[in-house]
Amino acid sequence: MTARTLLQAADIQRALTRIAHEILESNRGAGDLVILGIPTRGVFLAQRIAGIISNIEPGSQVPVGVLDVTMYRDDLSDNPTRSTSPSHLPVNIDGATVVLVDDVLYSGRTVRAALDALTDMGRPAVVRLAVLVDRGHRELPIRADYVGKNLPTSHSERINVRLVETDGDDLVEIVGER
Amino acid sequence: MNSVVAFVGAILPSGEIADIVVRDGLVESLSPGAAPADAEVVDASGLRVLPGLVDLHTHLREPGFEASETVLSGTQAAAAGGFTTVFAMANTDPVADNAGVVEEVWQRGVDAGYATVRPIGAVTRGLEGETLSDIAGMANSRAQVRVFSDDGKCVFDPLVMRRALEYVSTFDGVVAQHAQEPRLTVGSQMHEGAVSARLGLTGWPAVAEESIIARDVLLAEYTGSRLHVCHLSTERSVEIIRAAKARGIRVTAEVTPHHLLLTDESAQGYDARFKVNPPLRSESDVLAVRAGLADGTIDIVATDHAPHPSESKECEWGDAAFGMVGLETALSVVQLTMVESGLMTWNDVARTMSTTPAQIGGISDVAGQIAVGRIADLTFIDENARRQFSVASLTGKSSNSPYVGRELPGRIVHTMRHGYFTVRNGVVVDTEVVAASVRNHGRKAQHNG
Amino acid sequence: MRHLLSAADLSRETAIALLDSAEVMAETADRPHKKLPALRGRTIVNLFFEDSTRTRISFEAAQKRLSADVINFAAKGSSVSKGESLKDTAQTLTAMGVDAVVIRHGSSGAPHLLANRGWIDVPVVNAGDGTHEHPTQALLDAFTLRRRVYGHDSRCRGLDGLRVAIVGDVSHSRVARSNAWLLTTLGATVTLVGPPTLLPHDRSAFPVNFATNLDDVLRESPDAVMMLRIQKERMHSAFFPNEREFGLTWGLTAERFAAMSPHTLVMHPGPMNRGLEICSVAADSPQSTILDQVANGVFVRMAVMFAVLTGNEDV
Repeated sequence: MTARTLLQAADIQRALTRIAHEILESNRGAGDLVILGIPTRGVFLAQRIAGIISNIEPGSQVPVGVLDVTMYRDDLSDNPTRSTSPSHLPVNIDGATVVLVDDVLYSGRTVRAALDALTDMGRPAVVRLAVLVDRGHRELPIRADYVGKNLPTSHSERINVRLVETDGDDLVEIVGER
Repeated sequence: MNSVVAFVGAILPSGEIADIVVRDGLVESLSPGAAPADAEVVDASGLRVLPGLVDLHTHLREPGFEASETVLSGTQAAAAGGFTTVFAMANTDPVADNAGVVEEVWQRGVDAGYATVRPIGAVTRGLEGETLSDIAGMANSRAQVRVFSDDGKCVFDPLVMRRALEYVSTFDGVVAQHAQEPRLTVGSQMHEGAVSARLGLTGWPAVAEESIIARDVLLAEYTGSRLHVCHLSTERSVEIIRAAKARGIRVTAEVTPHHLLLTDESAQGYDARFKVNPPLRSESDVLAVRAGLADGTIDIVATDHAPHPSESKECEWGDAAFGMVGLETALSVVQLTMVESGLMTWNDVARTMSTTPAQIGGISDVAGQIAVGRIADLTFIDENARRQFSVASLTGKSSNSPYVGRELPGRIVHTMRHGYFTVRNGVVVDTEVVAASVRNHGRKAQHNG
Repeated sequence: MRHLLSAADLSRETAIALLDSAEVMAETADRPHKKLPALRGRTIVNLFFEDSTRTRISFEAAQKRLSADVINFAAKGSSVSKGESLKDTAQTLTAMGVDAVVIRHGSSGAPHLLANRGWIDVPVVNAGDGTHEHPTQALLDAFTLRRRVYGHDSRCRGLDGLRVAIVGDVSHSRVARSNAWLLTTLGATVTLVGPPTLLPHDRSAFPVNFATNLDDVLRESPDAVMMLRIQKERMHSAFFPNEREFGLTWGLTAERFAAMSPHTLVMHPGPMNRGLEICSVAADSPQSTILDQVANGVFVRMAVMFAVLTGNEDV
């Protein structure tokens, strides 16, 4: 097993800053924006993006929340799942522009579950998707609107995202058998 | 078939080595080196020989419950377990409370030939606990009933118990009491203790047994009659019997193999194979009944072999039947709990599983001893064997054994009844062969007589 | 968690994980759309050999909130009343493709048999067995207590240091048994209170205190007092002289309630015998958690069904 670093802390910071700018640009400001992170690491990425946005646009307070998708997964009967965690919507999302944030986009199934969960909680005007890493291999017609880094991978490889909040440092690495 | 057999090199209960010559159903000689030329020689070196085991407490289930056991299948199980005599309990359907039923059971035992079947008569008509059954009729029948019991039910009414004790003494009989205070055991499912409290099963308190035994030994003292206490199971029951014997009261007591080994912890998984009456007790009770058997307070081991069909055990604990089969495991369990623990010798095993049960049952003239000139009822065991007990190890009709899946010491190699094999080299002899031996033996016995 | 058979089997970690999961389920109750798709396509049979409309409806609501297909089976009027065995009933139902069995049974240990005898191979949840256990009731009681004490700060917490008195027919109560185990596992100190005739003879099995004087126990201001339902059939079996005396001695009467600490919560698993083991003033007071218990029952049972059907190893 070999691990190769793909993004350092500074790379991650730059990618998130760019994503924050792109969100503001396409949304034409921070109005009606709600950022929801998908547990576990998506939550912290969402908080970071919201922090960057309020630095770019002083005075704007973008609501940040948590969207747990465990109950909406399509593999509940096959795999031992992790425990559910609470969702937290800071505001009513009806009519809002919701940006979902996750660390890695892979099959697209997590995002599919997130869209279903969102539907049960309200009716946003627009839903966008931001991910730190897009590693390809989609199994559903889903794409990200904001991508930190596109990383072509093989199925046998694994992408590890480490964040200060959960793992003590910021790092993205690829682990593969070669 | 050769009717002279010489077992060469067998180890007597005392430890002495003997060559046992059996001719025409009787023991002819025990001296080493006495094998006659016409004998079929069986190498018995290394095998322990015991007087054919006598079980004072067997449920053969026939008539009425033939799906569980019959006289034939039950005595085959008996032979497989080394028994040559079984006393058949009266709780059949119809109840063995008259000469007709006991003679029928007795005759079936004779015909099957695997063991001597001595029917036990009910104390009260229909086991109802109210009026005495046809005690004289049964005693004077061909079955010659000497043991009377309502087992399964307690002779609860003290007046009925007093009368029964007095009445059976006419025939030198004995009342074998199932000691269970019925009001203290309404709905009882298992021993009342920490485990029953945890499992939420209605308790069967020890005092329900002890209070009846205490009453009955006082009645036995008062009437001067013989009392036998079935399947004694608690520490204080042992103490009561010990005190009664010290006072000279004519009381004897039995313990089952399962009460020597298993505790109420077995109920943990709600596996109804461990549901039995009286229930499996606590660890201290188990140690007390072992000590009581070792010091002679408890006279004998009796199996309380109680076959039940699988549907009566493969169900909720509360709905399951009480009882477990035990003929084929009794000797192994006694070896495990009493001999291997150093509490008893093989002489003690012979005494508690053959000699004394024969005495209590009134058949000591024909069973319970290995001696020249006596009927050749013999059990040969390989005490060094170890066997994994499984359903396939069971010969009887039912498989409700608590020992399935357990390793047990000892193995029955040969069982000989009245001079013919019922088990040979660990295999139960075919029904037809045994039946032929019975006819053969009958002719010789007539000729000899 | 493969099965939920008894509260005694639950570790502290598992119990807290279930309560936390129930918190997640509770949040969904405030949404306009309450249904979750988690158990879509899974079929659950509620096998009720004993009548209990409340418990059955609570399980059914929980299962339906998780989108499971629910089959309700009541023994009354079925082949069971014609003598079919538990084994045959269970095997028949699972042959129809059931993914989990919730069982309520009058015989202690019936759920253990279903789970462990190899008759069927699906998760089994105990919805109350004889006088043995009622683990989901204990979980909902623990959940209710935790919420009352810690409010929205409940997650990841046990019940450490809390003192709970459980009062009445302890011997025959599966609710008392399950709570004795679970609340103790979660760190609470439990006292079982009742007449000696209705307490277990051998008390060494339980990691709890026993008492016979309710007033002494209440004087210690426990955090909660849980009144058990007194079953009608006990009243005719010489466990106590009469209803009135029982109520006066071991019931939560208006006088007792008035003298009690205002911080002691009043719990009851229901259905109540008002005026017997509990007075209406207490049952309807702000200290009463009785309706919370009913509501929380659904969340806890959602968490349990989710745990057994998704094979979650943490829970």
